[in-house]
Amino acid sequence: MEILMAIVIGVLFMSATYLMLSKSLLRIIIGTGILSHGAHLLLLTMGGLKKGAAPLLGEQASSYTDPLPQALILTAIVISFGVTSFFLVLAYRSYQELGTDNMDRLRGNEKK
Amino acid sequence: MSLLHLAILSPFLLALLVPIVYKYVRQIHTGWFVLFLPVLLFSYFFQFISETMGGHSVTKSISWIPSLGIDFTVKIDGLGLLFALLITGIGSLVVLYSIFYLAKDKEQLNTFYVYLLLFMGAMLGVVLSDNLIVLYTFWELTSFSSFLLIGYWYHKERSRYGAQKSMLITVLGGLSMLGGFVLLYLMTGTFRISEIINNAGDIFTSPLFIPAMLCILLGAFTKSAQFPFHIWLPDAMEAPTPVSAYLHSATMVKAGIYLVARLSPVFAPHSGLWLWLVAGVGLVTLLWGSFSAVKQTDLKGILAFSTVSQLGLIMSLLGVGAAALYYDHLDENIFIVATTAAVFHLINHATFKGSLFMVVGIVDHETGTRDIRKLGGLMHMMPITFTIAAIGTFSMAGLPPFNGFLSKEMFFTGMVRVLEMDIFNMQTWGFLFPMLAWIASIFTFIYSMILFFKTFTGKYKPAQLEKKPHEAPIGMLIPPVILASLVIIFGFFADSLLSDTLIAPAMASILPSLLNDSSKFFVEISYWHGFNIELMMTIGVIAVGTIAYLTFPKWKNIYKLFPEKRSINRLYDGSLELIQRSSNNFTNSYMNGFIRTYLVYIFIFFIGMLSITLSVKNALKITIDNAAPIGVYEAILAVIIAICAIAILFAKSRLTSIILLGSIGYTVALYFVLFRAPDLALTQLVIETVSVALFLLCFYHLPKINRKEERMGFRFTNALISVGVGVVITLIALSAHSNKLFDSISQYYIENTYEKAAGKNMVNVILVDFRGFDTMFEILVLGIAALGIFGMIKLRLTRRKDG
Repeated sequence: MEILMAIVIGVLFMSATYLMLSKSLLRIIIGTGILSHGAHLLLLTMGGLKKGAAPLLGEQASSYTDPLPQALILTAIVISFGVTSFFLVLAYRSYQELGTDNMDRLRGNEKK
Repeated sequence: MSLLHLAILSPFLLALLVPIVYKYVRQIHTGWFVLFLPVLLFSYFFQFISETMGGHSVTKSISWIPSLGIDFTVKIDGLGLLFALLITGIGSLVVLYSIFYLAKDKEQLNTFYVYLLLFMGAMLGVVLSDNLIVLYTFWELTSFSSFLLIGYWYHKERSRYGAQKSMLITVLGGLSMLGGFVLLYLMTGTFRISEIINNAGDIFTSPLFIPAMLCILLGAFTKSAQFPFHIWLPDAMEAPTPVSAYLHSATMVKAGIYLVARLSPVFAPHSGLWLWLVAGVGLVTLLWGSFSAVKQTDLKGILAFSTVSQLGLIMSLLGVGAAALYYDHLDENIFIVATTAAVFHLINHATFKGSLFMVVGIVDHETGTRDIRKLGGLMHMMPITFTIAAIGTFSMAGLPPFNGFLSKEMFFTGMVRVLEMDIFNMQTWGFLFPMLAWIASIFTFIYSMILFFKTFTGKYKPAQLEKKPHEAPIGMLIPPVILASLVIIFGFFADSLLSDTLIAPAMASILPSLLNDSSKFFVEISYWHGFNIELMMTIGVIAVGTIAYLTFPKWKNIYKLFPEKRSINRLYDGSLELIQRSSNNFTNSYMNGFIRTYLVYIFIFFIGMLSITLSVKNALKITIDNAAPIGVYEAILAVIIAICAIAILFAKSRLTSIILLGSIGYTVALYFVLFRAPDLALTQLVIETVSVALFLLCFYHLPKINRKEERMGFRFTNALISVGVGVVITLIALSAHSNKLFDSISQYYIENTYEKAAGKNMVNVILVDFRGFDTMFEILVLGIAALGIFGMIKLRLTRRKDG
């Protein structure tokens, strides 16, 4: 299972990298979104995917899934959401002010 | 703090007071308030002569950074005292001269005297420090104050150019010298110069010995304007003439000489390289400086190249004299005469070159030009200046009865005795030394004559002069008169005045291993040696020099063999420009302003470093021992997520890619469900929904012009890089999973969630109880993001009008 997940995560990283190298600002932000999905899945996978009960003591199970990576991922999700929403509004404002989302045109104008 | 330390630091203290005096006492020239200090210091240092004559030295120390072995240790021995007397003595005369040279209502006198005092203190520190690091500190201070003084008339472009050039070259040498000092410290374990000299016998086998020597010599050669680092000195002539006289003839340029003399006992006894380098570079400098001086048309240009050549002379004498250290007894050691000549010529050069600079300053001041093509026939208008110039130039040319003659004779003696040297391959190449020295002396004779006769004799050309020339004010004449009298006095009474008081103690510092407790150097300077080879050489110099001077217009053309285009100056300018241009081009070539390019660098670096590390460390290992079995649902989700992720790349419209991103997010949430993470699934669902809504908001607000929805262009490099990133991540994930070293710490959480924290949801208990700090700052992150978004939308401080 971990090998399959590692390949899936690799595909997510690949796609994220490709999007981040493109010209459109929106695509770059989509790329960062996919990248954070990849990172979260990587955290979960590296914690081990041994089957066990959900980490709730009420289950009375003999073994539980590792709770620590889940707590870490939860923190990471919230932070990446905060950052992504900030970026999106930044992108929205730059559309409004600059009138473009093409990264090639968003350069300093020292030569003008 | 002893009186000695106070003496070194007093110029700095006075420099603090000068601006105050300048501001409140405007009717009196500020220089008068400065003048007392060098005079006082001179008389203070003068009383040490009795001490050093007896072969003693005075050492005083205060601690500065004792943990690093850096103490402000001051040591007065023969060599240090000689330099200290030169610095304070000529310093007094130069301050006196500058009072009449600089007008009090036209010049910024406060800055001038502050810089000059800084220099004087720094120079005293250089020659009296017994600690290498303290010496280096003062050394750099001389570079900085010299930079400030050269650029004194900072509105002139040539001044700024000269100041920058001297700064770059001397600081280059200074830093290299610091490296050499550190190497010395590594070998000997001390920064104290006297201790290093005592332990010199132990270090010459060290592999650091030669690098330390080369580094220190580079420092000495750049400071003392040796070939090919002499190029800064002629450009430093843009400084006011008192500065040129003081720094660039008598004191600062001799700091390198001082360093070579001071460290000779460390390097010279065991290495032929030291002798060859110091003497060889000195001779080349001597020849090239005197050769170049002949073609100059500016008086200060002639004097600058003349200084270069005379410094080369002293340097070559120090090199040859160092051969004496090869032998360990004083009797029949014929090479010490070169060291005597070096010390003697050092004194002589300071006297006649100082007076010549002052003469040139007077000529410039009274006629408005320094160009020898415009000058001539000033003899009758400026009789006193004329006399001083005659004494100075004839002494420089090495004519009797002036002191230059004596040191020139001794110089020849030293060089001729090289022929008898049977060490360091001298028997094969030694004949070059006296030959080159003789040729250089002919050129020295020629430029001295040009300097003197073209300025004061010949036709008077009033039309070309800006002012009507007349004799200088008396105050301006006193310092050069004193120096010129010293030239004559030293010429007649050198033996009785100088040899025991200054020269012998200085030699004792340069060649300490030759002396035991009671012995002393016996210095004899006399006019008449009988008919020997040195006398013949001097007669030859005068004869050939006179003929060459008279026929100068005929052979002038040989200077065309050395065109300006291929000079070292051009090399310096060209390389400076090349460095600036190429670094500019280099920076522009990779900093092109496209964020994509920078990301490409980052990703390539990432792929490169990680894959190299993986392969070098043999970390790549894939096992399936502790992997969980693959379930059907997970496999289906994996296919879905992979299809979505790849489909985004080929999505034609932005709307499609946003929806695909959403579906990836929801699939991840499903994964969280399958992998038994209910809290994550909940959060992921909610957040993905909000994120997609935000994406759609941005999509909706795209400006119309950019709505042209086109497929992303395919780029091979992008594809290659992204596949590389994906593969590297996969490999690292697999290797990390296969190399699991120890078990998780989660058993503790599972056991204690209820017992210690009274909760049953382990994830939530970890978030708010076991690891609550993470959560607190995560809340802070969200708060900052919310405030930031609010600020971005609401604050419109600079709304563009043209936008």
